[in-house]
Amino acid sequence: MAAKFDLTDDSIVVVIGTGAGGGVLANELAQKGVKVVALEAGGRYLPGDYLNDEWDSFGQLAWLDARTTSGDWRVAKDFSGLPAWIVKAVGGTTTHWAGASLRFQEHEWKALTTYGRVQGANLLDWPIDAAEMAPWYEKAEDKLGVTRTGGREGLPGNNNYKVFEAGAKALGYKDVHTGRMAINSADYDERTYCHQVGFCFQGCKFGAKWSSAYTDIPRGEATGNLEVREKAHVLRIEHNDQGKVTGVVYADADGNQQMQQARVVCLAGNSIESPRLLLNSASSMFPDGLANSSGQVGRNYMRHMTGSVYAVFDQPVRFWRGTTMAGIITDESRHDPSRGFVGGYEMETLALGLPFMAAFLDPGAWGREFTTALDAYENMAGMWLVGEDMPQETNRITLNHDVKDQYGLPAPNVHFDDHPNDIAMRNHAYKQGQAVYEAVGATRTFPTPPYPSTHNLGTNRMAENARDGVVNRWGQTHDIANLFISDGSVFTTGASENPTLTIVALAIRQADHLASELGKGNL
Amino acid sequence: MGETLDRTSLTRRQLLARSAAAGALFVVGAGFVAGTDAAWASEVKHLEPRTMATLIQMARDIYPHDHVGDEFYAAAVKGYDAEDKKAMVEAGIAALDAAARGKGHASYLDMGWERDRVDILRGMEDSAFFQTVRGGLVTGLYNQKAVWPLFGYEGESYSKGGYLEHGFDDINWV
Repeated sequence: MAAKFDLTDDSIVVVIGTGAGGGVLANELAQKGVKVVALEAGGRYLPGDYLNDEWDSFGQLAWLDARTTSGDWRVAKDFSGLPAWIVKAVGGTTTHWAGASLRFQEHEWKALTTYGRVQGANLLDWPIDAAEMAPWYEKAEDKLGVTRTGGREGLPGNNNYKVFEAGAKALGYKDVHTGRMAINSADYDERTYCHQVGFCFQGCKFGAKWSSAYTDIPRGEATGNLEVREKAHVLRIEHNDQGKVTGVVYADADGNQQMQQARVVCLAGNSIESPRLLLNSASSMFPDGLANSSGQVGRNYMRHMTGSVYAVFDQPVRFWRGTTMAGIITDESRHDPSRGFVGGYEMETLALGLPFMAAFLDPGAWGREFTTALDAYENMAGMWLVGEDMPQETNRITLNHDVKDQYGLPAPNVHFDDHPNDIAMRNHAYKQGQAVYEAVGATRTFPTPPYPSTHNLGTNRMAENARDGVVNRWGQTHDIANLFISDGSVFTTGASENPTLTIVALAIRQADHLASELGKGNL
Repeated sequence: MGETLDRTSLTRRQLLARSAAAGALFVVGAGFVAGTDAAWASEVKHLEPRTMATLIQMARDIYPHDHVGDEFYAAAVKGYDAEDKKAMVEAGIAALDAAARGKGHASYLDMGWERDRVDILRGMEDSAFFQTVRGGLVTGLYNQKAVWPLFGYEGESYSKGGYLEHGFDDINWV
């Protein structure tokens, strides 16, 4: 039975957000007997509710609250009010994610040491490393049922993968396969196998893809230690005269403000909302926002170097059929500065339906150069490029006092300028992606610009020293002992891998630490 | 394809008898625009019918797909036939016609070559009117489920159990 806690119960842990970070943390704590209230801004949607129609699903799940953009990234021009394509729902963006589940490479935990100083970049080593994270990654892979780990088989390759694999091999790439995916290739953990539905981004109607919405959340509730309040949008974190957080103020489903007291607050609202909430919680004691003595809250916003390559062939591909992202080439993910940039990138299969292809292939384009590409939609193959981008202090989330959200609070502005390293990497990736398809007879290729960000990272970064970042090695804020951050905003650097597996591994590890500290009476 | 006229009460012959040519692809009459072959017709309540015909031609010139019939473009811009949009659209199309006259043509619809019409559009592509029409077409045209099969797109597969038994890996040319 799901628990029900009193607003004045100050013995509980409040978790803000129920995605890869918050959803996992809430369940892991509940399993250990810790009493948790999870506050989720969105509503609850389960596989039966998901809509396999791109725009209808976007309307159902996407976070569409007021946001603004600035900087030289093309998203600011093409999608000025939509910097990120992420989800407002129980389960957060684990409903939308494609399932790619990769561990960081060893050197990526130590970007500053490995790459050296890069002008304009605010590189820093993580205070943790691959050896420390290995057991937590293993737990995360078992939780998510990641294919090609723990003895689990890989997924079968779909049409888009067949073209991708043939091109990769023709080009001489060695490490190409259908990915390490949190999508079942066989029944696992009470979830069925992938039926190749083709709508991974819209929520998996078979539940073959892991999402906290229908795994961790209900299991946490079943312990009797977790209460999830949906449509509970947190507005402010409160603190006392000793500088400890005491609870949170949120707007409930009816728009009424409630105050939930707490022993510990864990913030997992994604790299845009988490720093925004800290900034919006400024007080006379913390005039620059909570946990911001370093001045790093909101800074070092990363979104991965991204782009796509689509290609047209003289034969049908029908790439919309089947798993959206089950295909990867990892040869370019190494650190090899001879290519003209530090860090590396992954190449991963990607397909969009016709409506989203029209919106994202070349935003703003029109005329026959554009429409002849769509005329060949049936003969199209596609891949996504995702690599490590440079943290920059000036890429940041700030409060836009000229634009207010539905609660009258300043909207977040997302400022992003590409670093020269990001541009050099993207150009290299475009060239290699186009070469993959040209190697198997593409008649036309499209180096497609980045979409609104799904990988939002780094705005409350983890640092050994309090002056360099917002949280310590446990995700505990340097400034406030009972305030933790539990999402991708703690990323010190972004690495080249899709971030969800690392967010989950960090959340499992944080739950272990938190339960232990609570048990010892240290919090 | 949007709201069509009641074809049971209006034969092709009657329709054409009540209309006048508007460019090569359209005929217009009181309260409607139709294909020159009268294969489709769309009721127009607020705009001038000729304005709607020009808007449909403009939509095709922005996103030309030769295998997609005019009725889909008509449906994509149907929403502009509204009282609160009338002034914006009439002014935008008037500007289009003025630009055409500047090039020595009677109107936008009277320009026989797509490239000449596209030149006009290129000259106004930063205008709010053009960007509104273009932006609206991205969903107005490509999110019509009836259009998807014309591009081969099959859409959802959940209702048939996914593509697992329906060709997810059926190509054999690579």
